[in-house]
Order: sequence, then structure tokens, then C-alpha cells
Amino acid sequence: MASSETALAADRKPRGIGPFLRSQMRNIAPFLTLIFLSLFFAFASPSFATLDNLGNILTQVSVTGIIAVGLTFVILCAEIDLSIASIANVTGIAVAYFTLQESYVNIANVPMPGAVAILLAILLCALLGLVNALGLTVIGIPSFIMTLAMMQIAAGISALLVRGQIAYKVPSLISTLGSGSIGGIPWIVIVAAIMLLAGHLVLTYTRFGRYVYMVGGNREAAEYSGLNVKLILGAVMVISAVCSGIGGMLGVAHFGSAQQNEFDTYLLDSIAAVVVGGTSLFGGRGGIGNTIVGLFVLGVLNNGLDHVNIDSFLKILIRGLILLAALVINVYAQRLREQTAD
Amino acid sequence: MPEGRSPILELQGITKSFGGVEALRGVDFALLPGEIHGLVGENGAGKSTLMKIIAGVHTDFSGRFLVNGQETRFRSARDAHAAGIAMVHQELSVAPDLTVAENVFLGNQPTNRLGIVQWRRMAREAGEQLARFGIDVDPMSRLGDLPIGLQQLIEIARVLFSGARIVILDEPTSALSPPEVERLFTTLRRLRNEGTGIVFISHFIEDILRVSDTVTVFRNGRKVAETASSATTKGALIEAMIGRGGEALEHSYTDDLSLPKPSDGPVVLKVDQLSLARSLRDISFEARAGEVLGVYGFMGCGQQELSRILFGKLKPDGGTLIVDGAPKTFASTAAARRAGVALVPESRRAMLFHQEPVYKNVSISILDRISALLLKPAREREIAQRQVEQLQIRPPVVGLDLGMLSGGNQQKVALARWLTYPPKLLVLCEPTRGMDVGAKNDVINIVRDLRAKGLAIIVLSTEPETVLSLADRILVLKRGTLVREFKNEPVSKDRLLEAA
Ligand SMILES: Nc1ncnc2c1ncn2[C@@H]1O[C@H](COP(=O)(O)OP(=O)(O)O)[C@@H](O)[C@H]1O
Ligand SMILES: [Mg+2]
Repeated sequence: MASSETALAADRKPRGIGPFLRSQMRNIAPFLTLIFLSLFFAFASPSFATLDNLGNILTQVSVTGIIAVGLTFVILCAEIDLSIASIANVTGIAVAYFTLQESYVNIANVPMPGAVAILLAILLCALLGLVNALGLTVIGIPSFIMTLAMMQIAAGISALLVRGQIAYKVPSLISTLGSGSIGGIPWIVIVAAIMLLAGHLVLTYTRFGRYVYMVGGNREAAEYSGLNVKLILGAVMVISAVCSGIGGMLGVAHFGSAQQNEFDTYLLDSIAAVVVGGTSLFGGRGGIGNTIVGLFVLGVLNNGLDHVNIDSFLKILIRGLILLAALVINVYAQRLREQTAD
Repeated sequence: MPEGRSPILELQGITKSFGGVEALRGVDFALLPGEIHGLVGENGAGKSTLMKIIAGVHTDFSGRFLVNGQETRFRSARDAHAAGIAMVHQELSVAPDLTVAENVFLGNQPTNRLGIVQWRRMAREAGEQLARFGIDVDPMSRLGDLPIGLQQLIEIARVLFSGARIVILDEPTSALSPPEVERLFTTLRRLRNEGTGIVFISHFIEDILRVSDTVTVFRNGRKVAETASSATTKGALIEAMIGRGGEALEHSYTDDLSLPKPSDGPVVLKVDQLSLARSLRDISFEARAGEVLGVYGFMGCGQQELSRILFGKLKPDGGTLIVDGAPKTFASTAAARRAGVALVPESRRAMLFHQEPVYKNVSISILDRISALLLKPAREREIAQRQVEQLQIRPPVVGLDLGMLSGGNQQKVALARWLTYPPKLLVLCEPTRGMDVGAKNDVINIVRDLRAKGLAIIVLSTEPETVLSLADRILVLKRGTLVREFKNEPVSKDRLLEAA
């Protein structure tokens, strides 16, 4: 089989190591950043490189990780979803709203059996995702604007449901998954791992995953190939909302309370995780593997800064600078790749 | 041939390879001032690669490179530009989201002292420049909204009027109508007389012979001939290009050709009273299984819009489409594909994924058939491999990124995608544009094969040769209306041009 041999040979980097490294820059740079940060903190603080602390980091990035799964799909399609944190928040609040609260909680809630509460909460986030999808595909509102509006809408629903109060109880399944653990491993880490794995499998091994990459890589070509581009974009927005909703429910259980503005930092964190990991903002390149590396970069950074003696306000600036560096690499990697492919 | 002048550009022993592929092998090339130098060769012969070296796009090559007798090495396209070299690339490289005026002045917009762009002045000057070239278009309209042919003309105008002393045109005429080509040639001759050195690449050998002073022939990365245009013939050039007797390959279509009796296969497509804003009016026709229906017309006659409506990319304002007896209003290209309609647009770039391997480009249309949920990459490769072998795509490696293939081979990949599908109705826009004789013949044979298999095929082209070489029945589209049908009768290039 001479022909299949040449096929294989050519599949392997036909252009030598230099161009190969350049085309792989988006995967290599985040990984090097992660190694560098880990080494740095390991030397800077004796309490950083411990098994316990690894557990902390994993737990700390879990909610972001769950939300980032869906967002990875969206960014791979060269779209954006700014409503993820708000949808997480409203879903978390909704699941508490449908659960019987202690008598001192002053919320006019509607108690339901746990399974029904979870189902209703999921339906709510899916519905909000669907509204995003319709706005983007049917009306043609750019996702940046559409999801900005949705961010407000979801925040508004949250406000109406809790009216400034705090709810504490969630269905027992949710509280177990959010704050329980099994054999010393927090359930929330397991859920995040499963969702990341599922996202990876869908993107890599399913037809839908291929479509996501094709639509993101060249939307016009996807349309000329007879793909239903709108359907795929719509599906991706719904997936993002549902992942956010799951992250929100578990997050509420993890924090032990459901209240307004609880997830605000998760918007930036999730976008940062995806982009720092190297998924292209222009679509079509990257994936869950990148997102995982991005999550760890962020997790190590956030956690590590707590271990070294540093002004807590400076932390915010440092995070901003790291994000900027990642954006620069992201855009630069795209340009390098285009040059190599030309 | 002008003798005694020293070349403004001289290349010696240029060798360039991409990975393992040798695109140029020890090529010498010289360009004199005040010369139009024609370049011909089959697809993949290395013409574009050599020109990209001259224009500073490829900087990594071996050999000597002299500008005005001075050994030079460009580090970027910007260096080449500064040295007075401007190029129109084979693939359009305009900025579709900018205005016409911005495109004309790309990179050197007129600004006032504060560095603020002087829009009014820019629009006026752009309008004047284009008018000199016979282009009548609002300089403030978005370039991407104009037909491809017009976009190409605007890019050509930009390069011609940039003041460059060396101008390279890589297959610039493929999207132009005959009067536009005439205007281009007039301008080229004027620039030549002013002392500009011009390299002109085209597959239209008559054009090359008509406009150029010298012709160089490339084959397989080598220069195989260089002669004065007056001292050679089309047949001789074709022979040099393909390395075998080629007289019979290229029909000139100046004589009458008789169209066959129309097919009596079932009607696959019936179009009734179709209209679209300013582009199409009351278009009605049928396409039958087992026939190739040609639609001929000048650039901008509505062909492009018609093809997009058939594939569900544009929605008509009125009229009906009936596919296989069922009325259709395609909500998306996906709906059209499911109904058995396929389109290959005139621009390969529009339908192919350049950063993805060949096999993914081929399998995309049939993915839902070979995999319900999970992908089957081995099967995809196998299907693609069969197509690659059948269509003789070079190199025959399905794992290679599509962007690494030459233009003609990319076009074959575009066809391969729909051959695996296969549709009931195949709509081909400019299927042989920018192809050399060999690749053209391949495409013609592929289309005949498909016709024999009972597909209905519609070929839309602005090149009379394309329609004449493929079609069994020809419709002529003129400013959005069908003005003539040729069937079961003699037809020639003259008659077509006359009708349009
Ligand atoms: N950027 C590139 N990367 C890899 N191979 C290329 C690239 N550009 C051209 N080639 C290869 O070089 C050869 C010459 O191509 P080209 O110069 O485009 O031919 P022509 O313009 O004469 O049709 C072809 O085999 C083509 O596949
Ligand atoms: Mg070329």
C-alpha cells in the first residue's frame, strides 16, 4: 500500500520543525505559561506545591470549568456569549426558588419536588439560550450585543425572583454534587471533569463537533457546503446556556447560598480560561484541551497569588496583564498560522 | 523584441520548494522596461510562485535576484512595494468590508496634516481613477457588495495606477467580460509605452499573443521556452506547456458547432417567473436529467444571483422553483442540498476550507450519510482517496491541508465534494475559470460523465468557450432577462456574443 504510506508520511508535519512549532504556537504558549507559573509559585511558597493545594485549585476552577465547556463551543464558532454568568446566576436562583426554604427566608417561592425544581431550572436556562440563539440566527443580532442584552434580562429575572433576599436550600442532588465529596474527591470536581470530557468527545469525535469547527473556520464555506449554519450556531448558544445553568446550580450549592450578582466574576474568568488556553477568537481552532490548560493557568494564578505575600489589589492588575498577554498570543498565533498556510 | 535595454528585473537560478514539493527549479527570468512579458504554463507550473518571489511574498528561496542590476533581497511585500513592484494576485486580495475608495488607496490614503483621512478627496480621486479605466461605480459603496468581476477590475486599477515601475498581473482577466479585457489591454499598452515593465499571466493564449511582446513558458517548475510573441503560435505554446502535441486540445469555437437534440429526460428543475430586485426579471426555464444547460452572459448579467437562488443562498422576490415536481422555497443552503441541489461557486475560496485537510473538504457534504453521530475518519479518507485518484488530484494526499494545493486541484476538490454526494441538479459557476488546458479537459470529462449518469447540470459562465465546450442547450442572460435560447441548432462564439 504505497499510497497510504505517502498519505501517512505527509500527514506528519510536512514542513519541518520551525513552521510546525509556529503553527502550534497557540497550543504551546499556554502550556509553557502554566509550567512557568507552577514552578514560580512552587519556589515562591512552600505551601503551594502540595496535594492538598492541588485539590483546592481543582475545586476553585470547577464552576468556571463547567461554564467554560459551553463557551468553548461558542468561541470555536467565532461568536461570544456574555450572558453566561447571568444565566448561571438565574439558574442557581431558580433551583432554590423552586425548593422549600427555611421559614426565615423571606422569598415568595414555589416549592416543588427536587427533581421538578432541577428540571424547571434547566428548562429556564435552555430557554434563555434559545432566545440568544433566535436573536443571533433569525433576527441577525450580533452575538456580542444579543448576549449583552440577555445578561441584563437574566439579571433582571434573578432580581425579581429573590428581591434582594438570599435563599439557602437547593434540592439534595444539587447540594451533594455542589458541596459533597466521594472518597475525598469533591463531586463538583468530578462533574466538571465529566463535562469537560464530554465536551471534548463531542467536539472531536462527533459530526456536530466537526460542524462546529467548520462553521468557525470558514462560515461562508460551511454555508456553501450545505451545512445548516444557523442551526449549528443556535445549538451552540443553547449548549452554552445549559452549561452555564449547570455551573450556576452547582455553584449555588457550593457557595451555600443563592443571591443576586453572585457569579459576576465568572464571566471574565470563563472567557479568560478559553482564550488563555489558546482557542482562537476567530473561530475554528482550539478546543476543550486548550480550555483545560487555560483553566489551570487561571486557577494556578489565582491560587498562587494567595500563597505569596502580595497586595490583594495588585492581584487584580496582574490577572489583567496575564489576560492581555494571552490575547496578544492568541491574535499573533492566528497570524502566524495564516502565514504558514498561505 | 526590444534589444539593448538593460533589464529592470533579473532573476537567476531561482529554486523554491514548499516542504518537499519543488515549485521552481533553477529558473532564469528577466523583465525589460517597456515590455509586456506574457507567462503561460499549466496549473501548478510555478508561475504564481515566481511572481510571489518577485513581489516579496515568498522570501525564502535560493538564486540571484537583481533589481536594476543591483543584487537585492526583499524581506517582505512592503520592501517590494517600496522598490516599485506591484502585483494583482490570482486570488482576489481586496478588503470586502472597506469602501471602493479605501480599496483603491489601500495603505496610502490621502491625509491632512493632522493625519486625518480626507474622505472627500479620496472618494473624488478614486472615482476619477476608476473612470479613466472605464469603471463607473460609487466610490463610497462597500466593495464586497459588488460583483466579483468588478472587484477584480478595481483591484487591477489600484495596482495599475499605483505608479509602480514593475506591474505583475496574475490571471487578471478570468473574471472580466470582453469589453473590460479590451480596456485593460489599452491601459497596459499605455503603461508599457511609458516604460513600465509588465508581467501578464493568463490561460487565454490568444490574449497573451495579442498583448505581450515576449512569452515565457513554464512547465513543472522550469522555464521551457522564451520567444517573441510575434514568432510563435498558439499551438506551439500549448505544445510547450503540456509537452505533447496539443493542437486538438483547445477548440477555438469560432466555427459553428451544432447543439444536439434536447434531452427528453425528466424535468429536474423548473423555474417559473423568477425575479430578484434589480438583478433578475421573469426568468423561466427547465433543466432536464442527462443534459448540460449552459447559461451565458456578461459579468453582472444576473448569473451569480441566479445560481445563489437555486442553492438557497439568496431568496427571490417572486417566482417559483420546482425541483423533481415539488415546489420549493429554500430556507437555507442545507435545504437545497437535501433537495438534491449542489452549487460550485465561481470563487473556490468561498466553498473550501483552506486550513483543513483535503478529505474533510470532500466529506463535509456527505457526513450526515456516513456518520449518524460519531465521525468515521477512516471511511472519510477512503472516500476522499477514491475521488482524489479518480479526478487525478495532485498531490494525491488526502491528509494535506487544502491551501497547499494549486488552484486547479482545489477546483477538483470542490467537484469531488459534490461527486460523492451526488446531487440531482449540479450548478457550476465558471467551472473552468483560471485553469490550464489539461485541467479544463479533465473538468469537461467529469461533467460529461455526470451527465451520462443522469444528473441535470447547469453551467453558468461569462466565457463563451466554457459554455460552448460543455453545454447541450444554451440560455443567454442579458441584464437580468433571458434573451435567447440555443437548442438543436448551430452556435458559435460570435452568435453567443451577439445575443448577449
Ligand atoms: N504556499 C504553498 N505551500 C505549498 N505548496 C505550494 C504553495 N504555493 C504553491 N505551492 C505548490 O507549488 C507548485 C506551483 O504552484 P503555483 O506557483 O501556484 O503554480 P501556477 O501559478 O503556475 O499554477 C504547485 O505544486 C503548488 O501546489
Ligand atoms: Mg497561479
